[in-house]
Amino acid sequence: MTTATTGPVHPELTIPVSGMTCAACSARIQRALEKTPGIDRASVNLMINAATVVLDPGKITPEQVCAVIRETGYGASLPAPDAEVEEIVAEQDRERNAEERLLRRKMAWSLLAAVVVTLLTLPLAEAEPAQGASDPLMRLMMPVAELLRTLAPPLFALPAALLRWILMAVTLPVVVWAGRDFYRRAWAAFRHHSAEMNTLIAVGTGAAFVSSVAMTVAASWFERRGLPVQVYYEAVVWIIALILLGNYLEARAKASTSTALRRLIRLRPQVARVIRDGAEHEIPLGLVVQGDLLLVRPGETIPVDGMVVDGVSAVDESMLTGEPLPVRKEAGSRVTGATLNQDGAFRFRATHVGRQTVLSRIIELVRQDQGSRPPIQRLADRVAAVFVPVVISLSIATFVLWFDFGPEPSYLRALVNAVNVLVIACPCAMGLAVPTAVMVATGRGAERGLLIRGGEALERTERIGVVVLDKTGTITEGAPAVTDVRAFGRLADSEELLRLAGSLEQHSEHPIARAIVRHARELGVGLMDPQEFTVHAGLGVAGTVNGRKVIAGSPRLLRQLGVDLTGPEGQGTPDTGTAQASVVVAVDGRLAGLVTIEDRVKSHSGAAIGRLKALGLRVVMLTGDRRATAERVGKEVGADEVIAEVLPDQKLAEVKRLQAGGSVVAMVGDGLNDAPALAQADIGIAMGSGTDVAMETGAITLMRSDLGGVADAFLLSRRTMRVIRQNLFWAFVYNVVGIPVAAGVLYPVFGIVLTPPMAAAAMAMSSVSVVGNSLRLRRA
Amino acid sequence: MTMPQLAVTLSGLAAIGWINWYFFAALRSRVAASPADSGLQRFTITVDGGYEPAALRVRAGQPVRLEFRRIDDGSCTEEVVLGDFNLRVFLPSGKTTAVEFTPQKPGSYLFTCGMGMVHGRLEVTA
Repeated sequence: MTTATTGPVHPELTIPVSGMTCAACSARIQRALEKTPGIDRASVNLMINAATVVLDPGKITPEQVCAVIRETGYGASLPAPDAEVEEIVAEQDRERNAEERLLRRKMAWSLLAAVVVTLLTLPLAEAEPAQGASDPLMRLMMPVAELLRTLAPPLFALPAALLRWILMAVTLPVVVWAGRDFYRRAWAAFRHHSAEMNTLIAVGTGAAFVSSVAMTVAASWFERRGLPVQVYYEAVVWIIALILLGNYLEARAKASTSTALRRLIRLRPQVARVIRDGAEHEIPLGLVVQGDLLLVRPGETIPVDGMVVDGVSAVDESMLTGEPLPVRKEAGSRVTGATLNQDGAFRFRATHVGRQTVLSRIIELVRQDQGSRPPIQRLADRVAAVFVPVVISLSIATFVLWFDFGPEPSYLRALVNAVNVLVIACPCAMGLAVPTAVMVATGRGAERGLLIRGGEALERTERIGVVVLDKTGTITEGAPAVTDVRAFGRLADSEELLRLAGSLEQHSEHPIARAIVRHARELGVGLMDPQEFTVHAGLGVAGTVNGRKVIAGSPRLLRQLGVDLTGPEGQGTPDTGTAQASVVVAVDGRLAGLVTIEDRVKSHSGAAIGRLKALGLRVVMLTGDRRATAERVGKEVGADEVIAEVLPDQKLAEVKRLQAGGSVVAMVGDGLNDAPALAQADIGIAMGSGTDVAMETGAITLMRSDLGGVADAFLLSRRTMRVIRQNLFWAFVYNVVGIPVAAGVLYPVFGIVLTPPMAAAAMAMSSVSVVGNSLRLRRA
Repeated sequence: MTMPQLAVTLSGLAAIGWINWYFFAALRSRVAASPADSGLQRFTITVDGGYEPAALRVRAGQPVRLEFRRIDDGSCTEEVVLGDFNLRVFLPSGKTTAVEFTPQKPGSYLFTCGMGMVHGRLEVTA
């Protein structure tokens, strides 16, 4: 990320221009822009239909630039931030909503028709003994038939032939209107040598409907040959109604799989409060440009990414990082768009706007990741590719076997069971098993500040056996801080000691010096300007503060300057780059005290490492520290193994060594100076501090700098893989068991056959249950 | 075995054979379309229950732009998946959606619908 500059920032702005047809057009616009005050540079590109200008935000606004272009006779409007992603999602929503509404209407009417057809089939079953003889559902309906007989006796007086015509009249609109899409899509697929779910429904209901129509229209032809006549209108209508019900439920559930992405998009505020020419303006978010000075009041959402110029507040960043506690912001702090300002007001300068903001990048990554496929999907793909033609073949085989070997009336039984096979087979359950789980899991992760880069990362995370943690910045805060100030004797109490050392260190850039100064400021110890000041490079500083001669540095420096260090308190040795260092302080030539500086272990590290170990992972700590220090920290947090004294460029080699030992290794680091090691690891986990993350570095990116997120990511991956396996298992077993049962394998021994409506209900429920199972991950 | 049984059995076997030929063999033997010009490898593919053209031939290492013009409205084809290139793209009905990527390795790749039932083939040559 770039840092904000305090001087005037002249941002570059690209504006889409419409209506340009030739080089003359672009040249004309360019001349107009170049003549406009406030525009430093302009270039108009005919190829991409856009004008790129560098403008002085104090003199001209982006809207004014658009106005200049429009005056030349061409169209120009500012790009909305992230219009693309938002538009795609909105389009998807519109289409889904329309589909849902249509499905709901069709489903409701079909269900109603199904009830009517069933009631009309009851008197037909009385009139025509063959009708429904083999149908267990019809036997169950007997009490209903009795009731119907008392309520509407004339129905039972109707001749069978007339009832069949009435049934056909009710069924026809269901097939033609509600079922229309099944046939249309099946035909379209067929023309392209493809077969899909609609093919199965279309062939199944089509066979049942056409044979029923034949037996309605030409009943006497069958009867003359002594063939029993049976119609399956109720099966046709029920199949269509139940599949539509299943499709409707599936469409609704599928929409829920992307709620997390929608929620992220909604985080973006609509307006920003920008300060231009000293006045405050409320402007649409899309018009904020890099370099704008923005005001955020208490309770407002921060519009874009930037750096605080003045003011102090606490900001709730939980929506992006998952960090529950508000983060303090003051001059120089980075703020992130979409996070919520709490109690204070502050002004900040926009550093990233539009698609460059952290939120936009997260949205884009989540959208990409949700579409990625874990390798486990390949199995489902292979099956899906051959599924439908194989099922149609099985259905034909079922027909032939029942026709040749089934009991009489064999051609009717052959037909029913062949239809059952077509209808019960559910390729959708298989097709939905993996993608829905990946969608829900990546979305859920993003909500909790865990960006899991796609299906493959999910799958590989599950196999990890060893987690390597880079100590600095991962287990520890990564910045040295004063942990102890001890005064010896009566030369100065600890506050005075800190004041003297701090005053002197103010002018040193060394991290240890800065830690002392920060500590003094935090405690409210007033610092003074030293009257005299000398830096002893690598050793410390010496000078005069408030009339007293002060030396702060290593024992060696103090000895060099003639301070007597005998006694146990003089043994601490400052050593930069280690976990613990001490600065010895002498006042007026005598040993006065000791300031201990340490890179503190983060408060959650121990618990998080405990959770990782509880997940069965071996935790290895990697550090450049000396062995003794490293061992101490390792013991404190409970690491299984400590690899110490590793130079930064050896991290990669250590990961390789662990992998060579047969371990599947995850490496956790800040993603900045350990990128090669993260890339070498089987899973690289980049842990961000706040929201300043190299998001593209790791297979998993944690938005907050808390090891607990690593454990969360492992847990989420494992749960997701479990759900994927359950889904695949269920989808396979369902089909492997369902299809033979539908074909009638249980008939020879148990006399069990299905009816087409039963097969349709099973099919509809199987895909709904797969999506439902994936949605459980929303709570993971 | 009676005459009708024999007839049904034989027709059934014939139907099974034809289905497997129609959905598998016939598709595989289709000639792959090559891009019109030698510059950008660009195709317009009509999505209507299937892909037309369903077989494409491109060269490795050069960007490919597939413009999917979707005219049907079934949920099956609402997404196109190029699994080997990690692409899953939503195709709004009645619109043309472009997908760009660069195949690096020669080979035969599939592009499919969201559930893997409708497919097309991308042949990448060296």
